[in-house]
Amino acid sequence: MSTIVVDGGFATGRRLHPWPVRIMHWTNAVAMIVMIGSGWGIYDDSVIFHGLHFPPSLRIGSWAAESLLWHFAAMWLLALNGLAYLTYGVATGRLRERLLPIRFADIVATVRDTLRLKIAHDDLTVYNAVQKVLYIVAILAGVSQIVSGLAVWKPVQFSGLTALLGGFQGARLIHFLGMAVIVGFLIVHVALSLLVPRTLWAMLAGGPRLRAPRAGRRP
Amino acid sequence: MISSFRPAKRPDPAILDAHRGVIRALERRLVRRGLLRGGLSLGALSLLTGCDLSDDSAVGRALRAMSSFNDGAQAALFDPNRLAPEYPASMVLKPPIFNAYYNVEDVKPLDGDRWRLEVAGLVTDKRAWTRQQIAALPERAMIIRHICVEGWDYVGQWSGVPLRAFLERVGADLRAKYVAFRTADDYPSSIDMATALHPQTLLATKYAGQTLADPFGYPLRLRTSTKLGFKNPKWITAIEITNVYPGGYWESRGFNWQSGI
Repeated sequence: MSTIVVDGGFATGRRLHPWPVRIMHWTNAVAMIVMIGSGWGIYDDSVIFHGLHFPPSLRIGSWAAESLLWHFAAMWLLALNGLAYLTYGVATGRLRERLLPIRFADIVATVRDTLRLKIAHDDLTVYNAVQKVLYIVAILAGVSQIVSGLAVWKPVQFSGLTALLGGFQGARLIHFLGMAVIVGFLIVHVALSLLVPRTLWAMLAGGPRLRAPRAGRRP
Repeated sequence: MISSFRPAKRPDPAILDAHRGVIRALERRLVRRGLLRGGLSLGALSLLTGCDLSDDSAVGRALRAMSSFNDGAQAALFDPNRLAPEYPASMVLKPPIFNAYYNVEDVKPLDGDRWRLEVAGLVTDKRAWTRQQIAALPERAMIIRHICVEGWDYVGQWSGVPLRAFLERVGADLRAKYVAFRTADDYPSSIDMATALHPQTLLATKYAGQTLADPFGYPLRLRTSTKLGFKNPKWITAIEITNVYPGGYWESRGFNWQSGI
């Protein structure tokens, strides 16, 4: 947090969430929901965990063929948008500056709090630490889904990758668990944004304008 | 490091005070019900995108267009020289798993002596083949993983004439786009020529060293290591080489045609 210069700057006009971030966020939201709902339809055709299946009302696609069509259409949106997001985040420095650094003690504390579902805090800076960890987990889970998805989709063309993930069924299990992580993130993420609607509005309208730091005040 | 992404003015922590009661109540509810109950809201969201995929709907057309695009993407990904992993004989499942669009009790066994394999389309030699003539062709065995589009899999040992050897024998136009199959159980199917020429694509006549049993396609079926299970028609009665897209049983019902793995 010491990298922020709170006062003494001049308005640059740049928003908290620049327009590329907002477009990519909502594109990702649509792609993720389609991937999850259609993935549930595909999963139900041959379940991994006996007794665990998703009700038809939660699936996208009225049967497996439709779910597969949705899944393999939305995968391009998810992968290309995700690639654009990571490229943008690295090129502009946004990812590093928003998500790093995280001290080990912070990780331990935030994971403990998250496991206790202690998602609201008196101190907003601690709340932001939870967000940091969750966003990093969500990004890594998204990357993992692309990789394990390739291993499930092309276990012959990418046979080395599939073997690395424990074979076809191993890759399938990892793909399922990655989904579970993302759905878990989504529940917390949506709940918090609804509880603090200003964050939701910021992702739509851009949020508060930022101020450029005054020269010579590097932390 | 100076960031232009951080807000100059931090959010006022007091914003939470107004919602404190709601936040605490939600925490208690989440703890009491467990996280899974929260999945219902996601489901409600996904319902908004649920569409009726009738043939003439815009959504249906868009999805089928994407499926065609994926056919091309998979053809580009396909490496004709890459062999699927093979496995030790100890892993072979006996008997294999039966799967079709009907139950195993409804299998209609073929008479191997009366059976003929017809050859049609872009070939120089259209004579029909008997079982004995097929058996006289060079044979290859492979122990490969069968992967079903549904998600299950098993390892099986298949033997038969490589489709490439058969196509060369009948003088097929190897630059044609498609190899199509007709079967005794009304299960039309087709594959791309690149897959047909792959060394692990066989016209299989044996499983685990024994003549194919009736439920698994006796006397002749396709077995390719680079496609999903449903792309392997059983009880083949005719092969046609063509440049006209032949489709297939499940493909006409919405499954992806290429379905390469």
